[in-house]
Amino acid sequence: MCSALRSDPRDDAGLRVTIAGNAHAIRQALADLVTRPPLAGLCPADRGSAEIVLAEILNNIAEHAYAGRGGPIEICLSPEKAGIACTIADSGIGMPGGQLPHGDLNHVSEVSALSEGGYGWFLIRSLTADLHYHRRRNRNELRFRIVAGQ
Amino acid sequence: MRLVPNVSGDRLVIEVAEARIDAAVAIEFKERMRDLIKDAPERVVLELSKVGFLDSSGLGAVVAVMKLLAPERRLELAGLTPTVEKVFRLTRMDSVFVIHPAAPDVQRAAL
Repeated sequence: MCSALRSDPRDDAGLRVTIAGNAHAIRQALADLVTRPPLAGLCPADRGSAEIVLAEILNNIAEHAYAGRGGPIEICLSPEKAGIACTIADSGIGMPGGQLPHGDLNHVSEVSALSEGGYGWFLIRSLTADLHYHRRRNRNELRFRIVAGQ
Repeated sequence: MRLVPNVSGDRLVIEVAEARIDAAVAIEFKERMRDLIKDAPERVVLELSKVGFLDSSGLGAVVAVMKLLAPERRLELAGLTPTVEKVFRLTRMDSVFVIHPAAPDVQRAAL
């Protein structure tokens, strides 16, 4: 198990990038982000969690907020004492009902009843803390924290 | 997307020779797997030791392949790397799939 950020002073640096909201650009951005501070300063298990969360949120924006038409996504990652504070913003359509999906896991034992989708928000909620969504002036903003050692 | 099939005894082992199964390739993965498993034996093992990352789209594609094989045949998984294992564990898919620590037959077949 890992517990804390490495003490490399370069890891103090936050990161702010804007990427294109499509699956291929998101794949490239994730591969790049995990090699740079602050994500590079996390231990492998926490970095894996952060990559899962970011992949789910970014692909959700590409598929739903931008509905496959593309658009810019702003990513801001700031190191904190026990993890990473994240803000993700886009200019796509808002969450249905202005609320984040619950992301409940429907447990089934029959293979034929297994769902092929709907795991994204469950993973996001499982791996983040202080998840908040708000929409203002046609802009969606999602804030959350990745807590180290969880 | 590189998927490498190997018949090993009574099993079809399909090695995923890719670093990621994600939203960018999930549909392609499902379509390629559909072709590869057409005449598959009862057991199909997906060897994932080269896959460092899988997201919910990739997970959905793996579930879809399992449903294509059921009920007569089943999909087993082998060689899960830590982040991939985490996705299967958190979503409790580790209770749905037979998961092997590694697939040594794949390595032998590759020699």
